[in-house]
Amino acid sequence: MKPRFDIIRASRWFFLLSGAITVAGFVVFALFGFNLSTDFKSGSEVQFELNQRVPEARVRQMFASIGLPLGDTSLTVGGIQQNVVMVTLPEQLTAKQISEIQAAEHRFFPDAKQDIQVNSVDPFVAQQTARKAVYAVLAAAACIVVYIAIRFEFRFAISGIIALLHDAFIVLAAFALLRRQVDLTFVAALLTIVGYSINDTIVIFDRIRENLKLEKPDTVEELRSVVNKSLWQVMNRSIRTVLTVLIAAVILYFFGGISIRNFTFALMIGLVSGAYSSIFIASPLWVAWRSRSFKKADGGDQAAPMAE
Amino acid sequence: MKWGRLLAFLVMVAAVLGLTVSTGPKIWKSIPLGLDLKGGVDLLYAVDTPKGHPLDSTGKAALVRAIEMRVNSLGVSSPIIQLEGRNQLGQDQIRVEVAGVKNQQEAVNVIGATAQLAIYGSAKIDPKTGKIVPVGPPLATGADLKSNAHWVVDQQTGQNAVAIEFKNASLWTSITKRYLQKPIYVFLNGQLLTNPVVEQVMYTGQSEISGGNLNTPQACMDLANELNAGALPYPLTLESETSVGPTLGAASLQRTLLAGVIAVVLIFAFMMAAYRMAGLIADVALVAYGYLTLLTFAGLHVVLTLSGLAALILGVGIAVDANIITYERIKDEVRNGRSLRSAVRIGNKNAFRTIVDSNATTFIAGLIMYIFGGEGDVRGFAVALMVSIIVSLLTAVLFARAMLLTFTAAQAVKNPWWYGAPRGVVKSREAKV
Repeated sequence: MKPRFDIIRASRWFFLLSGAITVAGFVVFALFGFNLSTDFKSGSEVQFELNQRVPEARVRQMFASIGLPLGDTSLTVGGIQQNVVMVTLPEQLTAKQISEIQAAEHRFFPDAKQDIQVNSVDPFVAQQTARKAVYAVLAAAACIVVYIAIRFEFRFAISGIIALLHDAFIVLAAFALLRRQVDLTFVAALLTIVGYSINDTIVIFDRIRENLKLEKPDTVEELRSVVNKSLWQVMNRSIRTVLTVLIAAVILYFFGGISIRNFTFALMIGLVSGAYSSIFIASPLWVAWRSRSFKKADGGDQAAPMAE
Repeated sequence: MKWGRLLAFLVMVAAVLGLTVSTGPKIWKSIPLGLDLKGGVDLLYAVDTPKGHPLDSTGKAALVRAIEMRVNSLGVSSPIIQLEGRNQLGQDQIRVEVAGVKNQQEAVNVIGATAQLAIYGSAKIDPKTGKIVPVGPPLATGADLKSNAHWVVDQQTGQNAVAIEFKNASLWTSITKRYLQKPIYVFLNGQLLTNPVVEQVMYTGQSEISGGNLNTPQACMDLANELNAGALPYPLTLESETSVGPTLGAASLQRTLLAGVIAVVLIFAFMMAAYRMAGLIADVALVAYGYLTLLTFAGLHVVLTLSGLAALILGVGIAVDANIITYERIKDEVRNGRSLRSAVRIGNKNAFRTIVDSNATTFIAGLIMYIFGGEGDVRGFAVALMVSIIVSLLTAVLFARAMLLTFTAAQAVKNPWWYGAPRGVVKSREAKV
């Protein structure tokens, strides 16, 4: 693709955009936290047995009628005859709420076999899984730094990892801002995004590395133009690749099961962010860092015209 | 046109499509689906903690780890384990959900049961029940054994037996000294298993147990597994047992699979629209990718959960990316004025390095996630990711390249338009020639 504009020169706007989303996400997170599902928050489990196969829509109506709308993943059907309702709610139910649910059960399912049973749920295990996922991602990031530092150079490694963390933050910020529920499927989405982000970034760094070998820039201006040219050379590939994975995510979001909507939503945001950050965050970051060593080498008189 | 090369190309395509259509559905069915996709069995246990010592977080972690180990020994992974509130007796409760209803009874046995092996010095017949019961305190129990019990066939008798080894060899030496030429009584879960006469003093701490129901290799392996699983930190009592539907919903799985098919068809169409014949080759390679990945999953007995599926989607993206990188490179070379054949060769070569570096990095990410992810979802994702990347290198890179080179060598088409180059590029190239 032909260069349309100078990505490196415009990079401060991209930093600003990503920074703004992340900061807004942090502010909302600090004020309201995440909208956690029972996977991560202690809550209650309500269970009762019906005389028939569980009509899921009617169970949802029943809980909505007493002001307890059910999340996408909070209703599970059990029993050999699929006649047991298991509902998780992200709060500790009060005695009043329990009696309301009981009354609602009688109203909606007069021939139910059983009164409701309420258990409290401890999110210990899901929290452990999430913690393990965070450790795993951090450990993976550390090892990726070492690998890229060996195969490319240290500055590429750090820029790539910043882009990776950027994508994770953007998705977290989006979930905090939009008040979408964070459940266990979110962990799987986050891992996928991290994998995509680093893969995408390396493809672009590889092209920059290749062009650097061919052109050997001597000044900051030349360096910027080589990187800018490399970015536009891979633009076609980046757009087409992210389009194919986005096709999958968007179709799954609109036509797949409702219970994985949070997952596919996180995937859509993360894939776009992953493709975007490789070009508009990781590469300009690397240029900014790499330019510093040029400036030092060139001395003060050259630095002035280069500063914008 | 070189018919031999074209035939070779068509044979490759036919082999992939034929294999996939004929054995694909069978392989898909043989892959066990996880609890979130297919449902399973829900077991609720009460935890017998000692009086006045409620479950603390160290205890919780130990209990969860012990249960995870036991569930994994069933050959299914990613159990959902949840600690719940107290029951009427004030005991903590723990809920374990395991995928695959087939294993229901086995799951109940393995998770809750501790194989209680005990060796006694004397026993008597209970006059009421007519059963043999132990007398006095046990000389040794399963807790005195190393966790390396395994099935063996006795060299002298040819009987099936379980080889055991004492943690402390001198304990077994002192027992065999005391009971030399006398019988000892081995009880398993309260039932007399065997009462051999001690023939000689044992100094190594190694021994074998056999007899009773322990007459098949399967029975021996089961007992060995139970002994090795070790003691649960707290005894568990089964309170309820229900089969549960998928947490992501049964109707939901059908819809999601249908959506997946639509997405795949759209990706295929997109690749053909963007790269024409080369896109079609990429699509065939993608079919091979899907087929081989599922085959590997079936071979490794991987339980497919949502996180595994997520890794597969990422794998499709990585596989498609490999082809897109290659084709864009070929277009670059065509633009630089190379002939189609040399553009295909050089483009493949240039793309290969990029693909290897990016996939190696992602593979390292997967490997580290596997090491640090612990049991469960993170590890499931990591395994699926690593499998996807290796299969993608084999299919989307090596196999797709073989198809592309063979097809190019066949010279069935001469115009780079068939490889996704725009018309303008072609004209300028022809002008040069």
